Amino acid sequence: MSSFAITVVGHDKPGIIAAVTKALAEHGGNVEDSTMTLLRGHFAWTLLVSVEADQTEIEESVAPFASDDLSVTVLPMPEAGHDDLGAHASYWVNVHGADRPGIVATLTGALADQGGNITNLSTRLVNDMYVLGIDIDLPQSVDADAVAATLTSLASDLGVSLSMNAADEDVL
Amino acid sequence: MSDSVSQESEAEQSQTIVMPELPEGRLLDTVVAPAEVLSSPCGDADPTDPEVIQLAADLIASMRVAPGCVGLAANQVGVPLRVFSLDVSEHPKTRTCHGEFVLVNAEILEATRNQKAREGCMSVPDFTGDVKRATRLVVRGQLPVTGEWVEFRTDAFEAVALQHEIDHTNGFLFLDRAAGAHAIHPRQTYL
Repeated sequence: MSSFAITVVGHDKPGIIAAVTKALAEHGGNVEDSTMTLLRGHFAWTLLVSVEADQTEIEESVAPFASDDLSVTVLPMPEAGHDDLGAHASYWVNVHGADRPGIVATLTGALADQGGNITNLSTRLVNDMYVLGIDIDLPQSVDADAVAATLTSLASDLGVSLSMNAADEDVL
Repeated sequence: MSDSVSQESEAEQSQTIVMPELPEGRLLDTVVAPAEVLSSPCGDADPTDPEVIQLAADLIASMRVAPGCVGLAANQVGVPLRVFSLDVSEHPKTRTCHGEFVLVNAEILEATRNQKAREGCMSVPDFTGDVKRATRLVVRGQLPVTGEWVEFRTDAFEAVALQHEIDHTNGFLFLDRAAGAHAIHPRQTYL
């Protein structure tokens, strides 16, 4: 069994997912983790598929859906998705404010410097209003309050508002 | 709704439900999804049936030994009956608290003031989900042994936990209540 990452990005229209997954299913492909959203109206989909077929077969199965305005790529994926961070705590970082270049680069750069690993990230720009959400795992050895203080200071320099809270879930 | 309940303020209140005496409970294993028993509506139970009384005791015993567990529905231990145990008395988000109790054939009478929170479940160990739940609730149900109907108003975490458990008895998991396509997450282990 092989694992492939398939990306489909481009002009949105009804039926893209139905058509691609039908072709994959006909080749015995099983859609595992996937995420799709519209980015300023553009279709953006990444999916992990496990399948007995080789890369050429999978590329041929999805090739008919590629066009001038829709890109389809197939990449073989290794078994392990990421390194084991060890003991960690999870946080949600929310940022909003007037748009300007460098907000994501500055804040994620500071997180990376602290060994923080981003597990989810979403940015949205509507008119001049920019909204950024980041889910992060911080190693147990990192002082989360210090990270929050650093991020808040950087956000202030960028003229945006930032809050960082411990990820909160209730097991019922 | 009784006058005494309707006249209660929404201020913080504690009104422990007085449970009839139960036999000694046994520890039961938890069923994990996917499992048909978790996704099917449960049947009405006779609260005076000795087997249901024993089930009530077993649910409480099993709930007590599971770390962080605040509620357990009968179908989570493989029994398709409308019975669950609940105890949120140790949880930091609890305001109103009715103590440790078991309800049979419980139903929601009023639900208002929705709030979204991330919740998990012992029967769905690999995921969490962002779920909107009412934070003001009126429920009613029967007590095991006597079959007495009780009706009460609650709020905050006890309200959320009651909806989660009553959902179980109706064959729903929190996965059925997720607020949008990106509201289900791989389960994190927090420090």
